[in-house]
Amino acid sequence: MTSLILILISALFFNGIIIRVKSISAGRKGPGIMQPVKDVIRLFRKGSVYSEVAGPVFRIAPAVYLASVIVACLCVPFGHKAGLIGFRYDFVFFAYALALGKFFCIIGALDTGSSFEGMGAAREALYSMLAEPAFFLIMGSLALMTGYSSFQSIFAELHPSGPMSWALTAIAMFIFLVLAMIENSRMPVDDPKTHLELTMIHEVMVLDNSGIDLGLILLTGYLKFAMYAAIIANLFIGSIPVGFGIPVFLAVQAVCAVIIGLNESFSARFRMNHNPQFIFTLACIALLAVFGVMLMSGQLV
Amino acid sequence: MNLLQSSLSLQPVTGLSLWFMAIFSLVFACGAFYGKGYMKHYSGRPLRNSFHWINYAIAYISMMLLCVVENSIAFLVCWEIMALSSFFLVIYESDRPETIKAGINFFIQSHISVVLLTAGFMLIATRTGSFSFDAIPEYCAQNNGMAAFLLLFAGFAVKAGFVPFHTWLPYAHPAAPAHISGVMSGVIIKIGIFGILKMITLFSINFVTAGAIILTVSAISGLYGVMMAIMQHNLKKLLAYHSIENIGIIGMGIGLGCIGAGEGNAILASLGFAGALLHTLNHALFKSVLFFCSGNVYHGTHTLNIESLGGLAKKMPWTAVLFLIASIAICGLPPLNGFISEFIIYSGLFGWMQGAEQGVTTGAVFSILALVMIGGLAILCFTKAYGIIFLGSPRTEIQAHEMEPCRIIPLAVEALIMLSIGICPSFYANLAGSALECFPYAGSTALAASTDLGLVGLAGLAFIIIAAIIYVAKSRHNAQRQVNEGPTWGCGYTEGSPKIQYTATSFVKTYVQLFSFILGSRKEQKLPEGIYPAGGHFESESYDKLESNLIDKPLGGYRRFMDRFSFLQNGKMQFYILYGIIFIVFILILSIIFR
Repeated sequence: MTSLILILISALFFNGIIIRVKSISAGRKGPGIMQPVKDVIRLFRKGSVYSEVAGPVFRIAPAVYLASVIVACLCVPFGHKAGLIGFRYDFVFFAYALALGKFFCIIGALDTGSSFEGMGAAREALYSMLAEPAFFLIMGSLALMTGYSSFQSIFAELHPSGPMSWALTAIAMFIFLVLAMIENSRMPVDDPKTHLELTMIHEVMVLDNSGIDLGLILLTGYLKFAMYAAIIANLFIGSIPVGFGIPVFLAVQAVCAVIIGLNESFSARFRMNHNPQFIFTLACIALLAVFGVMLMSGQLV
Repeated sequence: MNLLQSSLSLQPVTGLSLWFMAIFSLVFACGAFYGKGYMKHYSGRPLRNSFHWINYAIAYISMMLLCVVENSIAFLVCWEIMALSSFFLVIYESDRPETIKAGINFFIQSHISVVLLTAGFMLIATRTGSFSFDAIPEYCAQNNGMAAFLLLFAGFAVKAGFVPFHTWLPYAHPAAPAHISGVMSGVIIKIGIFGILKMITLFSINFVTAGAIILTVSAISGLYGVMMAIMQHNLKKLLAYHSIENIGIIGMGIGLGCIGAGEGNAILASLGFAGALLHTLNHALFKSVLFFCSGNVYHGTHTLNIESLGGLAKKMPWTAVLFLIASIAICGLPPLNGFISEFIIYSGLFGWMQGAEQGVTTGAVFSILALVMIGGLAILCFTKAYGIIFLGSPRTEIQAHEMEPCRIIPLAVEALIMLSIGICPSFYANLAGSALECFPYAGSTALAASTDLGLVGLAGLAFIIIAAIIYVAKSRHNAQRQVNEGPTWGCGYTEGSPKIQYTATSFVKTYVQLFSFILGSRKEQKLPEGIYPAGGHFESESYDKLESNLIDKPLGGYRRFMDRFSFLQNGKMQFYILYGIIFIVFILILSIIFR
């Protein structure tokens, strides 16, 4: 429960921090830190326009998409305190629940019969397929290292000590951070601020969503960021008391948001045909982490 | 009489047989109800229809017998009856040449399986002098049973559709009527799985090696099946390749269970075999629903080509909902049944990885990787299939209409069972318990102790409830505000037409380019020529590289080799008499030399 509340709180600020960092580094005055939340509230006040082509799937999709991320958030523990949903190999459920959300997002986009949205849907389907192995491999390596099998027990057991485990923690951090960027379609895979539909991924999938539907989708994106950052925070707070854990958790969220903001300020988007390579490289790095753990526990030689 | 007595000796039927008999009966019953509606379109041919239904009954009975016989000769006889009756079921529309071609292909390949099985059983019978299955443990006690096991595994693998024995599936399924495709993919190929599992309960060999072999073959089958499925634009062919994928997933469970049995690891054995058994049930359910839906699409629109469909969800709402549920299930997503069996196999694989000794961990890691990739690729495939067929607007002028209730209700029943497996998996895991007890070291207590299936079901239920709450809240919220309808946003372009929609080919184009080193595709293009350019055309089709390299090319080479001797068969009577004389003289000389 602690983790859910904290994720909700940090989701309120996460995108705001990214926007602030971007505007500061660009030398602009920029919007306030609460602007993303205000956007959602404004959208919630509005009515909606639906495409004549779209059917029930299009209307259900945003709800399932948000539900998938909420359910996934429920799986995330707070250090040694388990999330509301917790069982052995719950990270498999976590990944597959997110995949169901994506499934609906993709078919929701196809429901409008738009050429642009089909493009986004095809890219999202392919990229999430390529990104999935990285998550499983890095969770596998953490499970292998600790000998436990659920989010909560893995993170409770995990406390970086010694160069090898620090290296693994660093790799895990990197992978979760890049996964968060891929899943939210941020730089370097996708540019949320691009103005050309042909080069978008996520934004082009939701072109036809308006009003509360768009609000729900934006909200889902914020939650997703906070959720991945919460997993990164969990790499550190497993063995420290809750009192210290909460500030560390919030600090990690802020640091993640700053890193993403800086990355977006100073890097450019990849060419679309380089994305698959980039995403699959992540799986290879995760494989390295697995072999690192095997080396550490003497299973390789 | 002795044979009959020994084959039907009233031994108590094992839990394994009961589990498979229950699955077979369920799907055959649904198929019969569905087929009754399906065959109304062909009511002008009473004789042929009676023959068809008689074969349906014979196929069912032979499958039931296969589950209970305990004698290899009786087993082979039933196997042959099953193969023949399913052959007649496939070639129902025998006036179409491609149906006959697919039927003959199926016929030959099912007899390759018979040859392999016969060889395997004979190997055992020559050593032990008995055709009873009871002789197999005896045989294994005296000999190394691996060769016989692998022969039988290959024989069953042809039926089940493991790569590289899969090539008959993509032809037979599209050729057969939809209820037969559903039953074939749902249960008839599962008799191969039953055979493999049955042999595992009888043989006592080095299960670690056998498990590693099965796991490797299965992981390749799973990946190859789904990778080929994505390329297909014929709905039934796509589903047929997905059968290969799911057989791969079942096989991964079997392989894992074997490794557990070999290592004496109760948890691993239980998880592996339970995953395989449950996935057999799950696949039987969702694949038959998908094939039945494809039959509805076919009769509603008279085409199975995905590219010419679109927007069917508005005209065939029930079929669309059922296809969606089955698609989610086949992708292994919660809260449906496919997730449960994949979750059990994942648990086994991760457990194997954590407990493995030196060097073995790598195998576990790559198995997990394969299963993850299969899941991701399945999502790509079914978002394509569902999105292109049922969503958007029609791509061609098609007159679609919903089917009568008797072609919806059996599917809905299956869908409800699927949902119930997803929400209370522990109940079904207990049902599979007595089947699980048949395997060495496996048991439902070890299964219950090593997974939290109850919680998985609850988590799935929580998902449904949360999504429903959000949806209801959203609808209420919208009810109080202005909701308009308008054309799809064309990014400034106002002359949108259904033709600008993404097609199935464009949906998977990046994927095809990415994996072009594995996937085969042919392109044929002719550029427009002349001062007023005209006459250009472009065609691309995918083909099965494994099939062309392993079957078509060797067969072509064989045929070319045999063609060199075609001068012998020149149609002149004198020459044939001459051959006879030469043969007789040859024999005479031989008999003189080797007197």
